[in-house]
Parts: sequence; C-alpha cells; structure tokens
Amino acid sequence: MKLTRLFLVLILALFAAASVQAQPGADDIVARSLETFYYAGDDQRTRVSMRLINPQGKERKRVMTLLRKDLGGEGEQRYFIYFHEPSDVKGTTFMVWKYPAREDDRWIFIPAIKLVRRIAADDKRSSFVGSDFTYEDVSGREVGDESHSLLDETDLDGRPVYRIESVPKAKADYVRRLSWVDRERWLPLKEEYYDGRGELLRTFTADQVREVDGHWTVTHRTMRDAQSGHHTEVVYDEVNYGVGLDDDLFSERYLQRPPRQWIR
Amino acid sequence: MSRQMSATLRLGLPTVLPAVLTAALVWGVGLPAGAAEASPLEIPEIHGFLQAHGAARLGGVGCDPGTACDGPFNEQRLQLKAEGGGLEGALGYAGKIDLLHDAALGESEADIRELYADYNAERYTLRAGRQVVTWGVADLLFINDTFPKDWTAFYGGLPLEYLKRGSDALRLDLFPEFADVQLVLADFRPDRLPDRERFVFPGQAIQAELDEPSGLEVGLRVSRYIGSWDGALYLSRTHYRAPALRQVGAIWQGGFPRLNAYGASLSGPLGSGVLNLEAGYYDSVEDRDGNDPAIENSQTRLLAGYSRQIGADTTLGVQGYVEWMHDHDAYRRTLPAGQTERDELRGVATLRLTRFQMHQTLRLSLFAFWGISEGDGYIIPSARYAFSDALWGEVGANLLVGDRSGQFGVLGDNDNLYMTLRYAF
Repeated sequence: MKLTRLFLVLILALFAAASVQAQPGADDIVARSLETFYYAGDDQRTRVSMRLINPQGKERKRVMTLLRKDLGGEGEQRYFIYFHEPSDVKGTTFMVWKYPAREDDRWIFIPAIKLVRRIAADDKRSSFVGSDFTYEDVSGREVGDESHSLLDETDLDGRPVYRIESVPKAKADYVRRLSWVDRERWLPLKEEYYDGRGELLRTFTADQVREVDGHWTVTHRTMRDAQSGHHTEVVYDEVNYGVGLDDDLFSERYLQRPPRQWIR
Repeated sequence: MSRQMSATLRLGLPTVLPAVLTAALVWGVGLPAGAAEASPLEIPEIHGFLQAHGAARLGGVGCDPGTACDGPFNEQRLQLKAEGGGLEGALGYAGKIDLLHDAALGESEADIRELYADYNAERYTLRAGRQVVTWGVADLLFINDTFPKDWTAFYGGLPLEYLKRGSDALRLDLFPEFADVQLVLADFRPDRLPDRERFVFPGQAIQAELDEPSGLEVGLRVSRYIGSWDGALYLSRTHYRAPALRQVGAIWQGGFPRLNAYGASLSGPLGSGVLNLEAGYYDSVEDRDGNDPAIENSQTRLLAGYSRQIGADTTLGVQGYVEWMHDHDAYRRTLPAGQTERDELRGVATLRLTRFQMHQTLRLSLFAFWGISEGDGYIIPSARYAFSDALWGEVGANLLVGDRSGQFGVLGDNDNLYMTLRYAF
C-alpha cells in the first residue's frame, strides 16, 4: 500500500517534471523568442527592403543595410543602418548602442550637411522611418517590460505554437499583445496589439521563415495597422550571421564614411 | 594684415596637396586587406534632384529700384550627384554640382557644392577637395563651427543644406586609440551674407572693396566617447567670415580679420533627452584690446541645449546661448557717434518643435530665435509634405520681429513666405 502510494507520487512528480519541460513558463518562452528574433548569431548583416503601403495602395520604399553586433552576453548590442533608398535620403546612416537596462544611445548622420547628431532615444513607440514598425519593433524589447501568460498550445498555419498574452507594465500605446510563438523554432509567427477598448491596433505576421547560417530567420514580415489599413512589408534581400563585424565599425568614423565593404 | 598673412603662409592648397597625398600613400601601411589586387574604380552612381524655390516678401516698405527684394527668390536648380569608390573601399569620390537658374536676379550659374576624393586607410582617412565640414553640437547657433555659411539662402528659406558652404580643403582624420583627431586645412571662403539685391536694409548702401585673405586656415578637432557622452575639443586658426569695413578717405575698404577660436563641446543623455553643451573663446587677433571699432572684439560664447521627445513623433528642443563681448569699455569708447551700441552680453534662446504625421509624410516644424538682450526674434514655421518618395513640397515663412538694431531685427522688413518643390531621382 505504502509502496503503491510512493509509486504514485513518483509517477506524478515525473509527470509534473515532464510537463514543466514540455511547457515552459510564459516568461521563458518570451525570453527565448526575443533571443531568437533579435539576438541570433554574434553579428548579422542584412539588406532590407521595406515597402510602406497606404490604404489606397500607394507605395513608398526604403532600402537599407542593417548591421548588428552583440557585445557580451548581457544583451548589449550595436546597430548600424545605412539607407540606400529613397535617393533623397541615400547615405543617411543611423547608429544605436543598445543597453539592456537603460535608454539607448543613438546618432544620425545627415550627409547633405555632414552632420552627426545625437538624438533622443525616448521614442520606442515612434514609427521607424514612417513605417508601421516602431523603433522597439526593430531593435527589440525586454522580457520584463510586460507580464506574460501562456494561453494555450495550438497550431498556426501548420506550425505548432504557444499562444501568449502580454500586458505592458508601463503605459504604452497598446494594453494587450497576443503572440504566437513557434514551439520548435522559437520565432514569433504572429502578434496582435490591442487597445484599451479591446480593438485591434496592429498585426504582425511572419510571412516567410528560413534557416540561414543555422539560425531560423523571418525573412519576410508584415506589420498592418488595423485601424488605418496602412501596412508595411519587410523583405530580407540578403542576410548572413557571424560575418565578423568589428566593434569599432559602430563609431562616428563609420557613421560619416560608411564601410563600403559591408554597405553594398 | 591679409597681405602679411599671404607673405608668411603662401602655401596654398594646390601646392600642399600632392605632397600630403604622396606622404599618405607612402604611410599607407594599413591598407584594407585585399586592396592591392582589387578592381579599380567602380562606376559612379548618379543621383540628384530638380528643385524650384520661391520666396515673396511680406510688408510694405518699398524696394530700391533694380533689386529683387519683393520676390527675393525665384530659382530653379538641377543638382547632379555622383558617388563612387574603388580599391575595396580604399578610394572614394563624390561630386555635387548645382545648375542654377536664378530668375529673381536673371542669372544662371553652375555651383560646385562638393567635389572631393577620399582615401581610406585603417588608421586614417583623407578627403581632398571642396567639402562641407560641420562641427559642434548647437542647433543653428555656431560656436566652434567656423566654416563658411550661406545666410542669404537661410533667410530665404532654402533647404537647410544650403546654409553650409563647402570649403576647399584637405581633411585628415586620424584614429589613434585615445581619440579621433581631425585636421582641416582650408582656403578661405567668406560667408554669403544677405545683400541689397534681395533684402531691404535701413540706411545707405556701402560700396566696399573687399580684400580676401589668402593662405591656409587650420582647424583641429579632437573627439572621443566619454562613457555615454561625446566630448570634443576644437581649435581654429581662421578669419571672421563677415567683412570688417572701414572708411579710408572717401572710400570704404573691407577685410576679413584674423580669428583664433578655441572651444569644447559635450553631448549626452540626460533623463530621457539629449543635453548639448558647447563653449568657445574667440580671440580677435587684430583687435585684442578692443579699440578698433571696425573689428569684432574678442568673445566668449556659451551654449546649453536640451532636446527630447514629448510625444510620439514629436520632438522639442530648447537652447540658451550667451555671447560675452570682451573689452566692452574699449568698444564703447571707440564706437563712432551715431552707431547703436551693442550689449556686453548678448543672450539668445531658441526653440525647435518638430512633429511628424501621416506616416512621416507630413513634417510640421517651428524654429524660433529670441534675442533676449536685443529684444528681437526670428520665427520659422514650416510644413513639408512628401507626395511620394521622389517628390516633396514645403511651405514656410521667415518672420523677423523686434528691435531694428538687433541681429534679427535689422532684417525686419524682410519677412517672407517661401515655397520649395523638389523632385529627387
């Protein structure tokens, strides 16, 4: 009798352990998803085409090269963006030193007046170059910025996913975010942002996912503004990881004279 | 003095350039890997724009006959821009030429805005030719940026890039561990100041012969990151770019007196915004005791600025600026009768408010100068709309108010509305 009980307890314990392993906590899922989405590899070079499409179907286009390097394991990152198109802003460069626990440092270089200017970084929710993506969408957020709960495990377009609900801790332009995170590849495949009245604000979709240099990568994505109908499509024309970017690339020198080796 | 200068410093850029370039190539041990066997020059990319700009003066003061002061700007320009490189990034070149039809004055010209070649090595870079150099952290106030400017374009509402004039210069950037060092050797170019062809001024016109200095000007900037702050020190051995006029008998003569400027700047995060600090000492070499009323006295200039986001896509920037004239007593003693006395301390405050709307296709902007001590001001509201990636239009105004003896107020009869249309390709 005693033995049976012990056996049962053991079985239950094992079961519990197994289910913990199979179903990690919401914070762990989000952390791993952010890690996969924003921190893949030690560095990354991407040539990006961005199409900004208004409700009437009129298009604007941004083409840029994005260089990223991770410094250490604490989440500190450096970003460098060079704009190829449109021609009126060609040569404009943008640099971000991103820190896990405080505001980023940001600089912009405006080639027409050869001006390097430090810019205020308190605009995570501002639009990135007029698109439907915010600065935060481009460079990532912290796990601790939101409270997460796992809603269920389901399928999305044939992929197994965790469905997560996240609520921002500080005031933001959304009050609730639903995300569908791939259970095997850990990439967010879809996200929905809702306002206080429960109205859908924006929808993110990962339209194409490929494995590049051993890292699962969203190579085609869309952000759609549900209220205005404006949407932005982002396509990675080229992407590589572990290309060997130097730390000193992310400095005023290269802001003024973009490294031609990487900016093609 | 300028003649004296040219005697002691007769090394013009054309003489120095080949020697420096040769030296640079010899020292070019740090060539990027593979540069030696790389393909030569790339085919340049050609871009540019077509731009129309017009400004109409507001207000009823009559124009002098034969001037364009009622419609100071009516111009069409084609800018062609070529850029390229070679030797795996070791070489670079760029040219920007404006073909300008100035219908206001009935003139046409080709204006070489920039034309330079770059040499990039691992530890240094060289840029030779006509180029724009921008220093300092202030916004539309200048302390350590002693490089030439076009105030005519600025007061006429032309796009901001036309405020900066290129310098014919050799620029060497060195990148040792401890700092970035920039050395600029340049030929003198004056500022372009509002004149009576397009602007209305009180008083009589003065015809003066201007003697431009020859010889090289030298600028040195040393900068580095100090934690999250950008720090820089500046030295300029240059000239005032506005002429100093003096009456000799019946005629007026003008020159550009020597100026040495020393300064520093610091820029970094404060709260959720950016704090900019800049200071400079202007050593008026030819009037160190302040007794020459034709030449600016020495000055100390101080600036503090702060900018931050105040809402989504909305930025607010404020600045406070002080100009302290040294030897003010000597200045007062020697000031010719009838001339308005300038204050020992001149204070200016500025405000910049920028808001983007409609997915950043609409930019609303307000820039205002307030001459605190001189009791004048300059307000520039503008709205720019991007019809597409290629085409934008801007309407705005230059409004100059307040005391007519102030730096802005003196242009008080020149309020204007302007419009710019640009098609980029």
